[in-house]
Amino acid sequence: MNGEITTAGAAGLLQMLREGKTTPADARAVFAERARELSRLNALVCEINDADGCGAEDGALFGVPVVHKDIFCQRGQKTTCASKMLANFVSPYDSAVVEKCRAAGMHCIARANMDEFAMGSSGENSAFGACKNPWDEARVSGGSSSGSAAAVAARIAPLATGTDTGGSIRQPAAFCGVCGIKPTYGRVSRWGLVAFASGFDQAGVFAASAEDCALGLSAIAGFDERDSTSLDVPGEDFSAGLEMPLRGLRIGKPKEFFDGGLDDGVAALLEDAFSEMQKAGAKIVEVSLPSARYAVAAYYILTCAEASSNLARYDGVRYGLRAENAEDIAALYEQSRAEGFGAEVKRRILAGAFVLSYGYRDAYYRRAMRARKRIAEEFARAFRECDIIAGPTTPTTAFAIGEISDPVQMYLQDIYTVPVSLAGLPAMSVPCGFAKKMPAGMQFIAPALEEKKLLAAAHQYQKQTDWHTRVPPLTPPIKDGGGETNNKKNIPPPVKDGGGTVNNKKNTPPPSLMGGDGGGKQ
Amino acid sequence: MTSPIVIGLEIHAQLKTRTKIFSPASALYCAEPNAQVREVDGGLPGALPSLNRAAVECAVQFGVAVGGRVNPRSEFARKNYFYPDLPKGYQISQYEYPVVSGGAIVVEDSKGGEKSVGLIRAHLEEDAGKLAHEGGASVADLNRAGVPLLEIVSEPHIFSAAEAAAYAKTVHALVRWLDICDGNMQEGSFRMDANISLRDKKGNPGVRCEIKNLNSFRFLEQALNYEAERQAEVLQSGGTVTQQTLLFDPARGETRPMRGKEDAEDYRYFPDPDLPPLLISEETIARIKESLPVLPRARRRMLAEKYGLNGYDAGLLCAARELADYFEKTLAELAPAKENLAAVAKTAANWILGDLASLMNRHSLSAKAAPVNAKALAGLLRAIGEGVISGKTAKAVLETMWKSGENAEAIIAREGLRQISDEGELQKLAEEIVRAHPAQAQEYRSGKEKLLAFFVGKIMSATKGKANPAQASAIIKKTLAD
Repeated sequence: MNGEITTAGAAGLLQMLREGKTTPADARAVFAERARELSRLNALVCEINDADGCGAEDGALFGVPVVHKDIFCQRGQKTTCASKMLANFVSPYDSAVVEKCRAAGMHCIARANMDEFAMGSSGENSAFGACKNPWDEARVSGGSSSGSAAAVAARIAPLATGTDTGGSIRQPAAFCGVCGIKPTYGRVSRWGLVAFASGFDQAGVFAASAEDCALGLSAIAGFDERDSTSLDVPGEDFSAGLEMPLRGLRIGKPKEFFDGGLDDGVAALLEDAFSEMQKAGAKIVEVSLPSARYAVAAYYILTCAEASSNLARYDGVRYGLRAENAEDIAALYEQSRAEGFGAEVKRRILAGAFVLSYGYRDAYYRRAMRARKRIAEEFARAFRECDIIAGPTTPTTAFAIGEISDPVQMYLQDIYTVPVSLAGLPAMSVPCGFAKKMPAGMQFIAPALEEKKLLAAAHQYQKQTDWHTRVPPLTPPIKDGGGETNNKKNIPPPVKDGGGTVNNKKNTPPPSLMGGDGGGKQ
Repeated sequence: MTSPIVIGLEIHAQLKTRTKIFSPASALYCAEPNAQVREVDGGLPGALPSLNRAAVECAVQFGVAVGGRVNPRSEFARKNYFYPDLPKGYQISQYEYPVVSGGAIVVEDSKGGEKSVGLIRAHLEEDAGKLAHEGGASVADLNRAGVPLLEIVSEPHIFSAAEAAAYAKTVHALVRWLDICDGNMQEGSFRMDANISLRDKKGNPGVRCEIKNLNSFRFLEQALNYEAERQAEVLQSGGTVTQQTLLFDPARGETRPMRGKEDAEDYRYFPDPDLPPLLISEETIARIKESLPVLPRARRRMLAEKYGLNGYDAGLLCAARELADYFEKTLAELAPAKENLAAVAKTAANWILGDLASLMNRHSLSAKAAPVNAKALAGLLRAIGEGVISGKTAKAVLETMWKSGENAEAIIAREGLRQISDEGELQKLAEEIVRAHPAQAQEYRSGKEKLLAFFVGKIMSATKGKANPAQASAIIKKTLAD
């Protein structure tokens, strides 16, 4: 039963709750126990909360545990952004995302580790230490929403919230073998989301399946007058369009996303995915995003510029870390910020202040704005030829902790995700197989406000494949239905079938047996 | 001839909105520190600004009133700098695209001439908090942080300190007239920064200095005079003026550098990504234009034409819109016949600008808040006009009205102030007095007419001042002649 609960996913758990197979309190306890057992992953940054209460009983997701990225303000809770600067900051107010999850009945069992202030692509830039990849604990989980992705992958929670500025949901989702959706910029309120780059930050959700992502997104999306960039569009039930078939869907394949740079193993998995979708009746159309190659440069100029201003409030004056024995106000600022921020945050603040400084603004900031506009136009043009775009989420699968130390090398991790962020479009990463035992992600991109297309394409793809049901071979493994411990190490637990019962009939090969050749299709 | 002194002013007018420009916290003045601070005012992580449209309406009113261009699309930008009274580490302001461009303020000089001072722009921004230093520690009060300001930037077309003060006073009167700013200078609702430079021999403006944070017209004038002289001395002794920011010390009457050029700041302006462009529709501009009150200069002309007032009185009445309203309401209450209109208007103006104005000044109250309203003043003026009380008595009655809030009639009745205008009664009294002072009557009759005053005085004291002096004088004259 415990295993069923942890692998049921949000929709499955809701079904079990409806059928009386479990209760919110039991479910909470099971996930909390799993969270404690897997604390070594370093996916969570606060005490596990399995106390009663929190979620609204009349909410559509009542009884579903959730993990919030430690960037969403939560009243009475430490909201640290994984920074020494805010290590002791207790938020006096709730973010819109936290409010909405509570209203939907979700219970926040813990808060997730992340790259400091959401700056990073590996999860290593955390004041609390790197978050480990549940598929291989020597590897990174990706970032910046590292803990959220790892927690969902390790089945510590069926749903997790995250934020995506340039790939911070999609990239860790790909690295951890789960689904992650970044909706259209403005779809989810940023109220109470600690800002990295205001013009790009967007909250989204992680879950094992597209179906669960739809549930999570329906809960958190919606107009909020407290966020002036929030889109004033009616709320939607994102679960409603999942059955839109792949047949006749024109899927754009941006040729620039397959030029060099892309790992052969990942490329092969994507070819398989494309032929899978083609088999289901989708039409593959080649599209072009010629300016995408400027995206990383433009993205880092613009987001660093915004970050340099957004992070100015951490000055040691009102809250957060304050340096002791500062001689005067200038020293207080300098020392507090020197002590409070990690290296990557400092690097971006300095770069941002530079590109905005007098005499450089035109050369950097304005040019980057032009590039941003052009990239958005190229997406718009591409969407005249296709309904949805698909391609890789990341150039490679998860790399080893400590492997990449050159910041520019690290920034290039975002090469396929940042063009989308510059255009403010919705996108989603979906597991599409394993390359050298590590999961890879396929990215779907849709026109603005067409999240339903993303979710439908992903859901239809997932009806034909089972990558999203794979669970990492963790110790302790997920307990089986009888509550006994499965002691066989490194063997992934059985895969759940549609009926919600444990099923080994298909004899699905464990991921550890799969090569990087994209084999193992069902 | 070009003026040797070149001045431009930046005026910060605090807008009279209920809540702050980007937060739902109250924008009213509050003595308790940090009592009016919401998430965004305190610069909390994750807090976001959302624009208060009431502040935009104020800016549009100003733009229309000064004949400026209200831009259909403007933009909020961040001005980045560190200071403990600035909770976010940046001020939300407008930079490249202000809400209002151009326009002009017509300033009257002391000789009654007029001069138009052009405006470069007026833009919206948020105020910072306030710092206080107590016993070696510094404390910040963020109540003011986020209060809306309209920054009004003039062209450098002001050529003397006196002209600068006249310009500032005109702007002050205008924003109060529009009711978009309370103009309270003690509370910092209206603050001025002045840029001043001297022209070189070729007539080109020289290096300018900025005097910051002047909160009185007198200090503005003093500071500019001092600074003009200082710069002239520097130049005459062969030196060069250094560009710097100055503060005026009213106690010593001199300017002092606030910060030197060496740490001149780069504010790294960029469009605020938390706020979409500010769009103002044609309809909004038209609606505001429609509802705009008649502006001071037009109102002045109107008062002069309609009531036959002289330009000076009309001007004084138009120093504040409520004063002009008060005057017109008083006249409406009195509803004089057409042939008496000018005389009644003059009397009303005299009372309003004289005794009433001095009471308002003494109690720091505006015409709107005065305990004697237009209707009550009209009652008093009617009593004077009908000869019920003398002008002298009326002054005392007005004081009582101000204190007690009663109307004139009640006070006159209670205190028995009604003038004795009964011809027979006065005649009887006059005869008694003449009879009682035969020597003086004899002297008068033999040509010492100055003694008339003696007899009038006797009547006044016998009636305890309640006799109508003109009437008493006539009756005495007649009695003595008999």
